[in-house]
Amino acid sequence: MTELTNLTVAQIRDGHRAGDFSAVEVAEAFNANVAGAKALNAFIVETPEHAIAAAKAADADRSAGTLKPLSGVPIGMKDLFCTNGVQTTAASHMLEGFVPRYESTVSQKLWDAGAGMLGKLNLDQFAMGSSNETSYFGNVISPWRRKDGGNAALAPGGSSGGSSSAIAARLCPAATGTDTGGSIRQPAAFTGISGIKPTYGRCSRWGIVAFASSLDQAGPMARDVRDCAIMLENMAGFDPKDATSLDMAVPNWEAALSSDLKGKTVGIPREYRLDGIDPDIDAMWDAGIAMLKDAGAEVVEISLPHTKYALPAYYIIAPAEASSNLARYDGVRYGLRDLPQGAGLQDMYAATRADGFGPEVKRRIMIGTYVLSAGFYDAYYTQAQKVRTLIARDFEQAFASCDVILAPTAPSAAFGLGEKTSDPLAMYLNDVFAVPASLAGLPAMSVPAALNREGLPLGLQIIGKAFDEQGVLNAGLAIEERAGFTARADKWW
Amino acid sequence: MSDYRIKGETGEWEVVIGLEVHAQVTSNAKLFSGAATAFGAEPNTQVSLVDAAMPGMLPVPNRECIRQAVRTGMAIEAQINKWSRFDRKNYFYADLPQGYQISQLYHPLVGEGSLMIEADEKAGIPEAKRIGIERIHVEQDAGKLMHDQHPTMSYVDLNRSGVALMEIVSRPDMRSPAEAGAYVRKLRSILRYVGSCDGNMEEGSMRADVNVSVRRPGDEFGTRTETKNVNSVRFVMAVIEGEAKRQVALIESGGTVVQETRLYDPDRNETRSMRSKEDAHDYRYFPDPDLLPLELDDAFLAECRESLPELPDAKRARYLSAGISAYNADVLTAEVESALWFDALLETGAKPVAAANWVTSELFGALNRLGKSFEDCPVTPAQAGELLGLVADGTISGTIAKQVFEKMLESGDGAAAIVDREGLKQTSDTGAIEGEIAKVLAANADKVEQYKGGKEALFGFFVGQTMKAMQGKANPQVVNELLKKALG
Amino acid sequence: MAIDQATVRKIASLARIAISDAEAAAMEGELNGILGWVEQLGEVDVTGVEPMTAVIPNKLRLRDDVVDADPLTGGNRRDDILANAPAPQHGFFGVPKVIE
Repeated sequence: MTELTNLTVAQIRDGHRAGDFSAVEVAEAFNANVAGAKALNAFIVETPEHAIAAAKAADADRSAGTLKPLSGVPIGMKDLFCTNGVQTTAASHMLEGFVPRYESTVSQKLWDAGAGMLGKLNLDQFAMGSSNETSYFGNVISPWRRKDGGNAALAPGGSSGGSSSAIAARLCPAATGTDTGGSIRQPAAFTGISGIKPTYGRCSRWGIVAFASSLDQAGPMARDVRDCAIMLENMAGFDPKDATSLDMAVPNWEAALSSDLKGKTVGIPREYRLDGIDPDIDAMWDAGIAMLKDAGAEVVEISLPHTKYALPAYYIIAPAEASSNLARYDGVRYGLRDLPQGAGLQDMYAATRADGFGPEVKRRIMIGTYVLSAGFYDAYYTQAQKVRTLIARDFEQAFASCDVILAPTAPSAAFGLGEKTSDPLAMYLNDVFAVPASLAGLPAMSVPAALNREGLPLGLQIIGKAFDEQGVLNAGLAIEERAGFTARADKWW
Repeated sequence: MSDYRIKGETGEWEVVIGLEVHAQVTSNAKLFSGAATAFGAEPNTQVSLVDAAMPGMLPVPNRECIRQAVRTGMAIEAQINKWSRFDRKNYFYADLPQGYQISQLYHPLVGEGSLMIEADEKAGIPEAKRIGIERIHVEQDAGKLMHDQHPTMSYVDLNRSGVALMEIVSRPDMRSPAEAGAYVRKLRSILRYVGSCDGNMEEGSMRADVNVSVRRPGDEFGTRTETKNVNSVRFVMAVIEGEAKRQVALIESGGTVVQETRLYDPDRNETRSMRSKEDAHDYRYFPDPDLLPLELDDAFLAECRESLPELPDAKRARYLSAGISAYNADVLTAEVESALWFDALLETGAKPVAAANWVTSELFGALNRLGKSFEDCPVTPAQAGELLGLVADGTISGTIAKQVFEKMLESGDGAAAIVDREGLKQTSDTGAIEGEIAKVLAANADKVEQYKGGKEALFGFFVGQTMKAMQGKANPQVVNELLKKALG
Repeated sequence: MAIDQATVRKIASLARIAISDAEAAAMEGELNGILGWVEQLGEVDVTGVEPMTAVIPNKLRLRDDVVDADPLTGGNRRDDILANAPAPQHGFFGVPKVIE
């Protein structure tokens, strides 16, 4: 029998159903991997007992003939999702020790579907970062290393870096992520796994620590496209507690998976061809185009003229929303309180927030506060929202002539920890391909497509029309089948 | 035109007043959560995870709160915006869990409207005046701080946090404390007619931010101050007077008025600058990204309009056209309870003028005496209608009606039953009346002489004596006729 | 437009984040770098373009006026509300004394 931790979600589900193994065996195997991978620092809190309890329930359900869609599948939960009775920190000192008395809608749906929790996954603090170097609980290390004889620690991407690292290292078969400006797709690309950000509104935001409300979307990360479909089916769905939730039925994405792209048109955005980009990225992109043609798709060049303005618009809108969303962390009702001797209320706020937020979070709060402040609102925020309208319009027009768009997920492979931390702008530029789809609220996924010269994974991104996760998944599947990406990181931890 | 002026050392000053009234919307649940809004609960029991701004919590607006604000807008004949938006007003304070208040700055639900204040000579309002209302928007209330429970700490109660408020912003159209008082009373009356706010100022359901500035008559507006959270009509008027005088004294002594937020201390009847709001001027408003634009459809608006009751101005006009005096019409329509009670009385067939007189004198007097209100009125409109009917058809006189009403209040019995039981039915029996008249005239021969000598005012005396002799039960009209005949 | 350290301190004060002089100096450079970069948005011709309001066509739903219909958005859970409070006091949240 294959090692249980090498199984995909679908294989665990089906094997458990068939009686090939018990859910408890699966949970124990993953618990052991988690316990043995401290060097990756992928988890902030480990919850082996939760995984075992869910596994026992799954085994009982199997005996009783009441199996659920994810019975027997243990997963990792990004520590941005509030979990009842389990510390939820958003990787911040601010929320260290915060134990919610409520469960986020998405995590509740997963538990209701029979999944178990292996632990709370590390991330960039308040999901702000592209390398998982802003966590208060330390950097997450990617299991991947360059094939250059050195052993430089690499970034697993961010902000869902705990999720990507844990899946790539076989600490969990799947995990939740959230994507505000690429936080599912870029870490997936960096670690050779798959991840999909669904259409804005598909997954409820209720109970997810907010970063930028108009952009935040939860989505799954897993090893392959099918697993992403299975997970997403059990995460998505209308939630009356979220005013931006889509009141639409959740399609049966897994059942409708098809890599036959005959009759489909794939758009290749010319503005995504950046000067001076890593030639390995362009080569992978060209290979991806060939794969989709091979799957029967027609390929056309398209134009998304406002692409270069997406990132600057994002770095106004997201910080503005964040500066307001993070105002609730004030030391009054939960989380850190720093009360210097003799301090008044406002001093307490300033001290608490200075102590509780890391440098990147402070930087974004400061930018957001500035762009909303008196006299600057129209020049920055209103202008950015107008540009956002144009970016969404670009996609709308492009989708008149294609069904999905193919582009790289990130402009480079994983970089080394510390390589970009001194230059915030260089770090932000890592999301250049991911951010436009976020601004337009569109479904987008990353699938592993190739290894670069250094032996590091590269991801291809598929962007779809609003609500067309199926088109995205199908194109992803076509690439997955043809890329034959089976590489995995050698275990060193 | 109001001639209210502050007399300063250097001449007269005109006062310019605008009011921002915060009215708590009548609803079961809060504006963005399902927690209850009832007054007086244990601290922090009516607080949801949303109201406490726990991480990841999201607002979903309460339809009823929107509906009530729209109905209120319609009641002041305002423009209703079918497309509006919620914005965040960002500031830090211990009573504001989110670190922002969800409000509406850029696109309010209700636009331009107005209301009428009636002339009130005694109060210094020579003629009716229309006061402009710039907008009504919907927003969250904040929590409450208590400062007297602990030596070094303030306590935070979030029960009010997230309760729906309408902020009703007037134009700076008022020129005297009396006008402002009349405006608040009229607004309160409209809100209570509509049912969108209970208008209970003691419980904080209605409070006003009072904007005051002074100027030389006819000059440009001066710099205004805003006194927050004034919670009675009397205090509103006191704040205006005090603040106007303070500003005049300040300007006349060479100072300048600073645009600032002030707080009213009713015990000392003065305002002072509010330290806690000193640096809160940059609110960084922006559209709340947790909420989509609020779009209202025609069916929703139609229901709002159809469910509006007859409003005070329309009611007043109807009463006036029925011959009711302006004073009585004002008194009857001021409170929705009295107006509805009176309308029910009219429906029994009571004659409007007589009914209005009876309600404003007899019934108001009785309620006052008994410490009761129209909500727990000891007589029903039907019972009162029966009583007034007996007067109208001549069964009893107005004097007897007073006695009957007293007995109704004591016993709870119907008017007709009391009249029967007590034998109070008035008589038009000319024989009996003529007999008594003869006795009265005989006993007062001197006065008869004087009357015949031209002292006609004595007629009333003879009527009174005859009525007394008849124990009040004689039909006064018949008495009049027979007396005239007897006196030749 | 370039921002100076005084502006940095003003923004930090608005955001209620205490910063040292050294932090203010460091942030001055960082923020100017980022703001200088985002200012390229000014190049975009947005004549006649409405700011984005809803990224995906969707209508704002309204809730019914029912108390405690869902415990997750209803009241009567004071223990849960206060469970993580740094200074709970007899059913209240305690904060340093405020002078209004």
